[in-house]
Amino acid sequence: MIIFLSLTTIIHAQDKLITKTGHIWFYSHAPLEDIIAHTHQAAAIIDLSKGSIAVSIPMMSFEFKKALMQEHFNENYVESAKYPKARFIGSVKNLSELNFKKNGIYKTTVTGELTIHNVTKKIEADGTIEVKDGKYTVISKFNVSPKDYDIKIENRLSRNIASTIEVNIELNF
Amino acid sequence: MKNTLTKATLTFATLLCGQYLMSQSPENLLNSLDSITPPETAYTYATFKSTRVINGHSIERMKEGQLDFRVSHRFGLINQGAYELFGLDQGTTCLNLEYGIKDWIMLGISRTSVEKTFSGLAKFSLLRQSSGTRNIPVSVSYLFETSAITVKWSNPDLNNLFSSRFSYLHQLLIARKWNERFSLQVSPTVLHRNLVATEANHNDVWALGLAGRYKITRRTALNAEYYPRLNPEPNTTNCLSIGFDVETGGHVFQLLVSNSTGMIEKTFIGETTGKWNKGDLHLGFNISRVFALKGKKHVK
Repeated sequence: MIIFLSLTTIIHAQDKLITKTGHIWFYSHAPLEDIIAHTHQAAAIIDLSKGSIAVSIPMMSFEFKKALMQEHFNENYVESAKYPKARFIGSVKNLSELNFKKNGIYKTTVTGELTIHNVTKKIEADGTIEVKDGKYTVISKFNVSPKDYDIKIENRLSRNIASTIEVNIELNF
Repeated sequence: MKNTLTKATLTFATLLCGQYLMSQSPENLLNSLDSITPPETAYTYATFKSTRVINGHSIERMKEGQLDFRVSHRFGLINQGAYELFGLDQGTTCLNLEYGIKDWIMLGISRTSVEKTFSGLAKFSLLRQSSGTRNIPVSVSYLFETSAITVKWSNPDLNNLFSSRFSYLHQLLIARKWNERFSLQVSPTVLHRNLVATEANHNDVWALGLAGRYKITRRTALNAEYYPRLNPEPNTTNCLSIGFDVETGGHVFQLLVSNSTGMIEKTFIGETTGKWNKGDLHLGFNISRVFALKGKKHVK
């Protein structure tokens, strides 16, 4: 019985994979300027047996080309001193179609809840999961509107900051 | 009998285990994530909106590759009345350029019309306020500035030494951002002037600057600054100023009222003569514009 229990525990642990160096970047395209910011400090955990994923992103880790822009991002927009992390928790829609034991690139859609600036919204994101020799890469791209998360951007900056921001995710487990 | 009991216990136990595994809810996944995420240090940003509070320096600096171009203006005395447009008819100006060599070193040059003074400064960020794994309650910077007056000697027949034109400033800036709204700074200062006007004046001036800012909205703030001298001189007063900041993306506009026309420490700490209770006040403004000359490159 003990052997059986320990076996199930091992399978349990193997199904959960973790990364602490997830790469997330967002891109705003507006008439006056394009803005890109990167972070390599996203933490993510994926449960292969259930196809569920949780991601935690420290907002202060986003790096911009212009230091002043980074300061304004933190102080005026996402208020990262008050809300240090953005979070996502969700699961894949087509778990039955994914075979994590076989090498390949699997198309998938993830649904779940995204919390930014203390506002939670349901989102759906398309992406791929690549399985290669026991390593898994999750890639996704989706759009986020700052307005939906109570992030106020002044009207006069509408030509500098886009109303819809493209978010890219690359997680290597 | 014994066999069946063992079998039943086994099955029951397995079912229980299965139940436990199945009941790993999404929240538990997030909790597991929180437990493995390394703890961070959160460095305080934007204690003040610009490198100056009003006349004096704040602990803020230009980060690497950032250039701050600053224009300062102080009008004449308000109590001159309407004929002089409450001081708007006269003015002193100062132009500054400050650049971040590294994130923690800033170099600057300036020229002010008051005694046609050129200054060069270096500001070092020694300590940054932070919370989290590293808890540091204050940010500390050190400022060193050299100024040289270039106005012609009033009496050329005297043995005027070139070195007499120079003054030197050392300042330790210690600030704390208490919350999103309120920041406070103390600035112990020593100012050395090679030449002073009379015997009653000191070559070394010791002062303890006090500055505070209260953020009203995301982009506006109210500031106050006071530089009391520990060894006051006759016929001079301590500089007291009140300001209002408006920040708009790359610019910071600072509107202010001060009893001094000086915009560098040598003048506003050592040579202020205005009295607040007599209305010897000057309206003024600083406009600061930050340019990013060198961007941070993203390393994959």
